[in-house]
Amino acid sequence: MVVGAERPEPQQRAWDAAASVVDPEIPVLTIADLGVLRHVAVAGDRVEVAITPTYSGCPAMNMIALEIELALAREGFPNAKVRTVLSPAWTTDWMSEEGRRKLKDYGIAPPEPKSSRRALFGVQEIKCPQCGSANTELLSEFGSTSCKALWRCKSCREPFDYFKCH
Amino acid sequence: MTVSNIQVSETPLVLYTLRRADDALVLGHRLSEWCGHAPILEEDMALANMGLDLLGQARELYSYAAKVEGRDNDEDKLAYLRDVRQYRNLLLLEQPNDDFARTMVRQLFYSAFADLYWRAMMKSSDQTLAAIAARSEKESAYHLRHSSEWIIRLGDGTEESHARAQAAVDHLWAFTGEMFAVDESEQALIHKGVAIDPATLRPLWLKTISDVLAEATLALPSSEWMQQGGRSGRHSEHLGHLLSELQYMQRSFPGLTW
Repeated sequence: MVVGAERPEPQQRAWDAAASVVDPEIPVLTIADLGVLRHVAVAGDRVEVAITPTYSGCPAMNMIALEIELALAREGFPNAKVRTVLSPAWTTDWMSEEGRRKLKDYGIAPPEPKSSRRALFGVQEIKCPQCGSANTELLSEFGSTSCKALWRCKSCREPFDYFKCH
Repeated sequence: MTVSNIQVSETPLVLYTLRRADDALVLGHRLSEWCGHAPILEEDMALANMGLDLLGQARELYSYAAKVEGRDNDEDKLAYLRDVRQYRNLLLLEQPNDDFARTMVRQLFYSAFADLYWRAMMKSSDQTLAAIAARSEKESAYHLRHSSEWIIRLGDGTEESHARAQAAVDHLWAFTGEMFAVDESEQALIHKGVAIDPATLRPLWLKTISDVLAEATLALPSSEWMQQGGRSGRHSEHLGHLLSELQYMQRSFPGLTW
C-alpha cells in the first residue's frame, strides 16, 4: 500500500488536466497529441492555457477551450483562462509520434511530412490505414473536417480519411 | 425596427485590416451559398471548407481591427452593422457565384494572389498581422491547388465546360487589377513595413495564372483595363444583396445570440 504518495506539483497537475482534453472530432487524440496545447502557466489558483488553432475557422476550438476550463476546474483550478495564440502557426509536424500511431489505429491516415503542399500538382503517396497498401487515390481534397481529405484504397476498396499535411 | 450603422474610425491600420477582413468574409459568404447546391457532394464539402477557412480569417482580422480602433466595436458589429458603402472588399470577391466555372475562376484569381500576399505578409512588422498571415497562407495554398485543378479539368474538358471556363476568365479579368492597387492610406503602412506592396507580386501571380490557363487550354485575356472601387466603398449592386442576407438576423433582431 502506498501511503502519502506525493501529489504532483500544481504545474504538472494543471498540464496533465489540460492535456487530457480530446479533440471532439477525433476523440482518440488529445490536444497534447495534436500539438494544439502550447503552454500552461500556474500562478496561485489561476491558470493560463495557450492553444494554437489548427485551421482559422476550426469550429472545434471553442469546444476545446471550454473543455480545458472544465478539466482544470475538476482538478481544483476554477480560474482558468484559455487564450489563443496564432504565432507560430500550427503545423502537422507538431503532432506527436504517439498521436500519429493513434490516428492510424483509429482508421485515419496520419499526415505525411514528405508530401509538399507547395507542389501544386505533385503526386502524393498516402498509405491505406486499413491494409497498409500504397495503391490509393484521392477522392476529395476536403473531407469531413477542415483538417482531413478523403481517400480510397484501391487494394482493399475501403475509403478513408487522410489527416492533411499542413 | 431599424438598427443604425456603426461608425468606424478608419485610421490607416484599421482600414487596412478591415479591407482584408471584408475580403475574407465576402468571399467566404459567397462560397457558403453553394452549400447544398454544389454539383457533387465532395465539392459541396470542399466549398464549405474553403468558406470556413475564410470565415476564420475574417474573424481574426475583424477582432484585430476592433482592437486597434479601440472603441466599442467588435468582430460582430464590424461584420453585421456596416452598410455597403462602408465595406472595403475587392469587387472580384462580391461577384455572384453564377455557374461553377465562374466560382472557380474567381477562386483561382484570388487564391493565387492570397497565397503570395499572405506569405509575404509573414514578414510584417506588425506581430498580429504576421501571425494571421502565417495561418492564412497555408490555407490559401490549399485553395489555390484545389481551384487550379478544377480550372484545368474544366478548360481541358468538354466543349461546354471549356466555353464556360473561358467566359468566366474573360468576365472576371477586369476585376483582378484591384488586388495590386494601393492608395495613400496603404502606402503609409508599406513605408513602415507593416504592409507589403502588392504590385511587387503581380509578375509572380501572372506566372501562376498563365501556367494554369495554358495547361487548361484557356486563353489569357489581353485587356488591360481594370475596374476598381471596392477598397473605397464603391461597389457593384451585388454586394447589397449579399449583405441583406448576411446581416438580416442582426438587423431584424439586434443583439440576437444563438
